[in-house]
Amino acid sequence: MKFEVTSSPHIRSKNNTQKIMLNVVFALLPTLLVGVVRFGTQALLLTLVSVAAAVVAEWICGMVIYHRNTVKDLSSVVTGMLLALTLPSTVPYWVAAIGSAFAIILVKGFGGGLGKNVFNPALAGRALLMLFWPVYLIRYPQVGTKGNAVDMIAGATPLHHMQMPALPEESFMDMFLGNIGGCIGEVCTLALLAGAAFLILKGIISVRIPAAYLGTVAVLTFVFSKGDNVFAWMMYSLLGGGVMLGALFMATDYATSPVTPKGQVIYGIGCGILTVVFRYFGLFPEGVTYAILLMNACVWAIDAYTAPRRFGTKKGETV
Amino acid sequence: MKRLFFGGVHPADKKELSASVEVKMTKEPKQVTIPMTQHIGAPCEPLVAVGDTVKKGQKIGDGKGLCVPVHASVSGTVVAIEKRRHINGTDELCVIIENDYKDTEDTSMIAYDDYSNLSDDQIIEIIREAGIVGMGGATFATNVKAATSMERVKTLIANACECEPYITSDDMLLRMYPERVLEGMRIICQVLDPERVVLAIEDNKKEAIAALKKALVNEKKIELVVLPTRYPQGAEKQLVQAVTGSEIPGGELPKSVGAAVFNVATFAYTYGAVCLGRPVTRRMVTISGEAVNNPGNYWFRIGTSFEYAVEQAGGLKDNVWKVIAGGPMMGLAQQDLSACTIKGTSSILCLSEEQNGEAQEENPCIRCGACVKACPMKLQPLYLHAYGKKGNVDELKRLNVMDCIECGCCSYTCPAKLHLVETIREGKKRVKEEM
Repeated sequence: MKFEVTSSPHIRSKNNTQKIMLNVVFALLPTLLVGVVRFGTQALLLTLVSVAAAVVAEWICGMVIYHRNTVKDLSSVVTGMLLALTLPSTVPYWVAAIGSAFAIILVKGFGGGLGKNVFNPALAGRALLMLFWPVYLIRYPQVGTKGNAVDMIAGATPLHHMQMPALPEESFMDMFLGNIGGCIGEVCTLALLAGAAFLILKGIISVRIPAAYLGTVAVLTFVFSKGDNVFAWMMYSLLGGGVMLGALFMATDYATSPVTPKGQVIYGIGCGILTVVFRYFGLFPEGVTYAILLMNACVWAIDAYTAPRRFGTKKGETV
Repeated sequence: MKRLFFGGVHPADKKELSASVEVKMTKEPKQVTIPMTQHIGAPCEPLVAVGDTVKKGQKIGDGKGLCVPVHASVSGTVVAIEKRRHINGTDELCVIIENDYKDTEDTSMIAYDDYSNLSDDQIIEIIREAGIVGMGGATFATNVKAATSMERVKTLIANACECEPYITSDDMLLRMYPERVLEGMRIICQVLDPERVVLAIEDNKKEAIAALKKALVNEKKIELVVLPTRYPQGAEKQLVQAVTGSEIPGGELPKSVGAAVFNVATFAYTYGAVCLGRPVTRRMVTISGEAVNNPGNYWFRIGTSFEYAVEQAGGLKDNVWKVIAGGPMMGLAQQDLSACTIKGTSSILCLSEEQNGEAQEENPCIRCGACVKACPMKLQPLYLHAYGKKGNVDELKRLNVMDCIECGCCSYTCPAKLHLVETIREGKKRVKEEM
């Protein structure tokens, strides 16, 4: 009788890539649900189109680049969902489809596939759309206007007020619950926090990156406040725009963030600083996308310089 | 619960499979195959020839340096001296003895009821003559460890962690013979004269802890330390960290931080050697896993074939997938049942197809960092894996690849099912070749 002979260990945990991705999809569902309630079935259809385009693109990549079927790891579903959540519901479906395909094929596939891409695919997809069709991305439907794109009155989000600079009219509670204009997935802080809490409790993401990111934004907007009410300015900065979605779901993307504990904190602080700088000095009111993409580029360097202290050595000692 | 060492994982311990039944004595096999390699270091030279009659406990192989003698585990006739399959997968020189079932004892070793008058060197010599090695599986010469630790040990640690899943042989030994282990500790204490003496055990061994507490009632010197269960707490560096808080620097031994660690079974055999005049001729072996009919702990003579041993445990089930000498995290997979038990064989595991399901095909690394979190040596397995695949020795050295203790936590936890330890092991080999 012959038995299987392979290297130890001979037992494995039940965790796998597909389960992790499925949990991220679950964590995004409350946010998507609020988006659909606020902006209508159009938001749902846009998300479905984006996901479908991502999955088809992943399948093509599997056939042409990886030579194996990688659809089942579900990472393309996450990318498609995340991209849709960064878009206003009024974006034409074909625009979302192009963004998804670009994210999966050029950013991830040409980057070497899952885990090897330097840039967050969803955010890189959004950056591309911003370059070609900004007109669709900076017009936000107001809450309660559930018509099609033609009927929609493009309105300013709280973040636009803040660029004046002026404090927005919406209450904190409206912003917390998502009763404001904006992109599908950025309006409801409560849903985003609930999803992220689920991932943190499951041990899938660490609290380091979001805490460092949001903490930095809070400190900087408090110290360099542009509002009459310093605290209110800070709160609106945290609740407005895409910083919650970015800090909780984009900056925590495994492939494009550091693996060392210290590195994760540095990375989060970097994202926070760049976000505030872009918001304060940039052309557009929002800066999260470019802040995270820039920090993505630094990840390998951050990991290399924040390697854990070697076992048996003291702090700062090099052996 | 507070973690006392870095990283680690907590797999289902599955100890109940073998710990819930009585330890069984088994009928001795017709033949025993005794490898000359049962320790770290050069193999023993056989001291007997084909046709010789040997007694149980008679020295049949010896050598120099790290080499520790081996003894006949049954009385009978030497029928062959040839290469046979070893648990490490290679063929090693073995002495094969036909059992005469008389168990005629060799009485050359003296039993000392009172060992207090023995000198340190005498005790160390007895330990060597009895063929005692690290019985937890490391099989390093106990006499050498004791002799080289003599002047530097502040903390003596008895390792009863048995942190690998399934294995319960140390647990059972402690339940049955706690006083033998403690007496063995007192003997080693006489040699090393440590300031602190600790028996470290994990909190999943309730019955053994109770037995030890009872045996320790009037004991002042030996301190029982119950640690929260977590793998690989029984690894030497991790146990020293958990008990003393000190980290052993890369490439160094426990004595560099004033500690010495011995497995509890090693102490029990030390007691047997000094007080009973018995060399190592048998050991308790856990036979467990989902693919064996009667899991449990069995006393086997050294040199019992795996085939005979598994038969005594009711034989294999049809769903058998892997047979492992040692634990599921660090043990050696066996191609067949032709190998024989050696001094360090704490268990024979028969794993079923069920576990195969979890070892899926390798997927790309998603950089989740689970391996970094799990590594008890604070390494970055994902990068060691990547550079190992590329054969980049400079980067492997920079990332301290030689610090890896091959505990398997990274591979266990990896959601992409990457064979991290395997690649890192190859990387270590490359680095060694360059040095």
